[in-house]
Amino acid sequence: MQYIRNVATLKLDEQRCTGCGICVKVCPHEVFEIIKGKARIKDIDDCMECGACSNNCEFEAIYVKSGVGCAVGIINGILRGTEPSCDCGCDGGKSCC
Amino acid sequence: MIENINMENINKDYTIDQEGLAKFAKATVSTSLNFSDLFGALKVRLGINRDNYKIEPGIYRVGNPNSESDVLVSANYKLSFDVLRKNLEGLNIWILVIDTKGVNVWCAAGKGNFGTNNVIKSIVENSLSTLVTHRRIILPQLSASGVAAHKVRKFTDFKPIFGPVQARDIKSFIELGYKATPKMRKIEFPMKERAKLIPVDFLYEKYKLLIIMAVFFLLSGLGREGYMVSKLISTSLFPMLSIFGGYFFGIVISTLMLPYIPFRPFALKGAFWGLLFSVILNQFFEVNYLETISMGLVSISLSSFMAANFTGSSTYTSQSGVMKEMKWALPFQIGFMFLGLVLFIISKFI
Repeated sequence: MQYIRNVATLKLDEQRCTGCGICVKVCPHEVFEIIKGKARIKDIDDCMECGACSNNCEFEAIYVKSGVGCAVGIINGILRGTEPSCDCGCDGGKSCC
Repeated sequence: MIENINMENINKDYTIDQEGLAKFAKATVSTSLNFSDLFGALKVRLGINRDNYKIEPGIYRVGNPNSESDVLVSANYKLSFDVLRKNLEGLNIWILVIDTKGVNVWCAAGKGNFGTNNVIKSIVENSLSTLVTHRRIILPQLSASGVAAHKVRKFTDFKPIFGPVQARDIKSFIELGYKATPKMRKIEFPMKERAKLIPVDFLYEKYKLLIIMAVFFLLSGLGREGYMVSKLISTSLFPMLSIFGGYFFGIVISTLMLPYIPFRPFALKGAFWGLLFSVILNQFFEVNYLETISMGLVSISLSSFMAANFTGSSTYTSQSGVMKEMKWALPFQIGFMFLGLVLFIISKFI
């Protein structure tokens, strides 16, 4: 399953990439592959911006603006003027997003 | 003095025996789930007490682990923990449960509770380096958005290995020499998984649903001859079904049929089902055209809103995507609801 096209903020800096392959291991959507010792983005539209890759890239070769992909969280953010967040502050939030 | 302490620690590292291990572990846990585990899981799935389904953080043992046995790291959400232990039959293994405030692995990783600092803290607080002689810890793959393996390695001796996405693959993962196949690395979202999430999501906006139903119920009594309480039951049936049906189709049918509707935005998937439901419902009722249109708008608005809500439970929606979608979907959902309400009132006077 794929979500909306051409929106993911994922960026890969090939200069910094050492081809260690951790991004391939942590990505739950098979976004990356290693070709000739460098990571490559296979299909950016598979990216859900969870941030696992950039969080685990010790060479800082990956950028992604990660966050909750959740309509309730985004509405909360708009209402409170903050970053999107699933916590409504009353009951610990909807813990599944 | 400092030297003495160091010596003590070193001795501790290498003189562990079976008795010594016992004091670290909170309990030996079974790999089979009993009735109360299953009943607890059912309650959580129905939204009962699901914010307080926790287990105490610390070290647990499965089978008869020793200082060479693997260490798995888990969240302290009991549902996650139960799924994990259920899949460890026949293994001798340690489980390090970290305090994620009773939230599952992926969500806790996203919010930072299943994060680098918490993992480091748990390794230190539970003296993991004196419990096992090796330096491997196996983290759930979905914790990677919160845990930076290289930072854990830097601040402890331990080398985290990301395991598979699903607990059911852990045995194969260990047998393959701590390697996951591409399939084990990928998160799927099959019908069965989607269906499990429906009850909680169905109840999520129950108050909004009841308020909207109450408003339309009371407005159903309006008419040219004045307010008719006696006719309230018959005149409110169509709007009540329209509202409940829109809500139901938005969360239940949209969710089950998620991959089969070609539109990518969830709001559009929901709108499709709201429209379809409205068309079907109108085959059974004879109301004036304005009421048909007004309640159609309400059904579409609700169905679209509830389907969009499901983005939070899905496993593949990006924040940028939801942002883009909600920018147009939210005004359209609010607009349809408002327009539906106004037209419904007018329809009572023609």
